[in-house]
Amino acid sequence: MPKITIDGKEIEFKQGQTIIQAAEDNGIEIPHFCYHPKLSISGNCRICLVEVERMPKLVIACATIASEGMVVHTNSEKTIAARNAVMEFILINHPLDCPICDEAGECKLQDYAYQHSIGESRFVEEKVHKDKRVQLGPHVMFDGERCISCSRCIRFCDEVAKDSELTFVKRGDKVTITTFPGEQLDNPYSLNVVDICPVGALTNSDFRFKARVWDMSRTNSICYGCSRGCNIEIWVRNNEILRLTPRHNEEVNSYWMCDHGRLNTFKFVNASDRIDSPQLRVDGSLQTVNWDEAFSFVSNKLKQFSKNEIAVIGSPYATCEDNYLVSKFAKTVLGTNNVDFIRHLDPSFADDILRTEEISPNSRGAELVGVTPTKNGLALSEIIKAIKEGKIKAIYLVEDDLLSYDPSLEESLEKLDLFVIHTTNFNASCKFANVVFPAATYAEKNGTFVNIQGRVQRIRPAVATTELDRSLDGMSLSRLDKFGTEFDRWAQGKKYDAKSTWKILTNLSAYFGQKYKYQTSEDVFIDITKNISEFNGLDYESIGLLGKELSLEKVKI
Amino acid sequence: MTQVNNSLKKRKKDLTFWQKIYIPEIIKGLSITMKNMLRPKFTMEYPEEKFIPPASYRGRPVLVMEQNGDERCVACGLCSRVCPALAIEVQAAETEREKERYPEKFEINMLRCIFCGLCEEVCPEEAIVMSKDYELAFTNRDDAIYGKDKLLIPVNQLQDRIEFLRKYK
Ligand code: SF4
Ligand code: SF4
Ligand code: SF4
Ligand code: SF4
Ligand code: FES
Repeated sequence: MPKITIDGKEIEFKQGQTIIQAAEDNGIEIPHFCYHPKLSISGNCRICLVEVERMPKLVIACATIASEGMVVHTNSEKTIAARNAVMEFILINHPLDCPICDEAGECKLQDYAYQHSIGESRFVEEKVHKDKRVQLGPHVMFDGERCISCSRCIRFCDEVAKDSELTFVKRGDKVTITTFPGEQLDNPYSLNVVDICPVGALTNSDFRFKARVWDMSRTNSICYGCSRGCNIEIWVRNNEILRLTPRHNEEVNSYWMCDHGRLNTFKFVNASDRIDSPQLRVDGSLQTVNWDEAFSFVSNKLKQFSKNEIAVIGSPYATCEDNYLVSKFAKTVLGTNNVDFIRHLDPSFADDILRTEEISPNSRGAELVGVTPTKNGLALSEIIKAIKEGKIKAIYLVEDDLLSYDPSLEESLEKLDLFVIHTTNFNASCKFANVVFPAATYAEKNGTFVNIQGRVQRIRPAVATTELDRSLDGMSLSRLDKFGTEFDRWAQGKKYDAKSTWKILTNLSAYFGQKYKYQTSEDVFIDITKNISEFNGLDYESIGLLGKELSLEKVKI
Repeated sequence: MTQVNNSLKKRKKDLTFWQKIYIPEIIKGLSITMKNMLRPKFTMEYPEEKFIPPASYRGRPVLVMEQNGDERCVACGLCSRVCPALAIEVQAAETEREKERYPEKFEINMLRCIFCGLCEEVCPEEAIVMSKDYELAFTNRDDAIYGKDKLLIPVNQLQDRIEFLRKYK
């Protein structure tokens, strides 16, 4: 491999790489605003200037191709002076908005002002004024004064979202961003521009002013919105999710996620229709009972049916661990083969960027761990038919909504002898349920999802339930979580009395005399790896942050 | 070590005869007491009489309310971040005003506050200042959490402190 020398360190690079990429691969950071690894090079911010020996002038590291034997200095007197000058230049018209700017705390300009600027301005004239609070689209707000004209947002729309909506207008210090006439920034990936904007010029209308970044904890997880399984971070303050942001994973979602995933997949976690404690129907209405009462009621009832009268429905929204227990509970404990799950498909949701037709995160996982009918057991459509014919008398429904899926079931569900549901929030089916178990949401538990590529990925609890303790259970902690006491209002966020489905079923199985020794979701996962060949040899640690491809024949995407 | 020992010895030796018998020293002390009895009194009859501290005094932190009734605070959260006792909770929200942000909720837990004045020092808007109010008493924990209703004080009542800050901060 060819080599270049950066700051006295000899490093290898791949032919065709620019200096900034070669440096990045070797852990050397060259400051940059406009350069983004996944966008074309525009070379307009000039903060990446470096000195290359035997070149007459400083060059921009983001657009200069590395060549054998190059000697680069990123910290020589000349580069430092140039960087200071660029910073001074950018800051000439930059407003002193940090106190009211959402980007503060994660702003490149702020960071570089500390690292690469002399901290003083010689500019005494009035700063240029531009439009602030411009709604560029349904989710994105633009502040013209803060923009440093790096053009990342424009390039993102053109190159990644493939929907040219933004452009520069005017020149010199008047230059600003706007949408094309008659256009809006409303592509399905629009909010990614907020992440890549190096300053606070673009803000997320949904998250705007909700919290300071340093007050939130962040947890690595997986998006719940479709079977792509974009890697995300969940940002939580006071046990409430405030935003989701994409997490880099080149194999899955690169640096991006779609707006639907970002905006619509977390609000149910803290919604007012969450189920708190088990509910039992007494005299026609659901009443809160404790777990033991609910377990003994359900087990006593279930024992009264013959195997063929029961159907169990798993969930593509639940984890592999949950579904594995669903399958075990149905086939071993109840002895029924009528096990299936509902597929949620929406062809209009799919595109050729990230979004998939399957709008649930784990249908492949549910299938792999055995939530499928075996030996003349009934599949979903047959189960529905049998319900209507009155042949199925008891339904055990996990994390899904049968009635919304098939509204024509209304009358037959009412006639069921037993209808048990695990669900996170009240849904239409709950109207007919005899027992409702509160299920923990994907943001409140450990587990795994298998995405459309057959990649198994980890979710982790970001929000605590009553049985979780942030520090004892190894959840990520914000500053406030570390020091809050029960007397601080900012530490009294609502915790729901909910459990993961695998745990509910493990506890319930004990009432049937079947004692499973699962303490954690990883115990369940280890059992899966032993019994299901595709998962052989995996554990939570080897799945890690970025997931692992399962050993199955590659599926076409 | 040896030096210390030497000086101790020396000190013992230093005591004169009159010092050793103690009585003149007692008389000296009493004479100071007598002298002060005849001087003007400094004791204040608090609470009948109220102590008004100087501008340098750090009483409870308060929020500056502009003449038009708006708070100066833009809910940047810096005071909350810097507060070593985690006494301050700020929730920002959007407003139509020019400054875009305002504190929808601003609470200081006076049981946590240690009157260090760091919030005042960090505030970029001169929106939180230490007042002269030192009379704080509560009978339960909830009363000790001051919301905007108790925190907002008209700017003209705080002029003293603001001038002090401009001079010395
Ligand atoms: S809005 Fe942000 S991303 Fe777009 S050009 Fe301005 S600074 Fe760059
Ligand atoms: S593409 Fe799918 S997984 Fe990715 S963010 Fe959107 S909904 Fe979530
Ligand atoms: S005076 Fe000190 S302890 Fe009290 S609120 Fe301000 S920063 Fe916190
Ligand atoms: S530092 Fe000042 S402006 Fe910022 S939140 Fe505190 S009082 Fe308000
Ligand atoms: S990063 Fe090289 S010019 Fe902007």
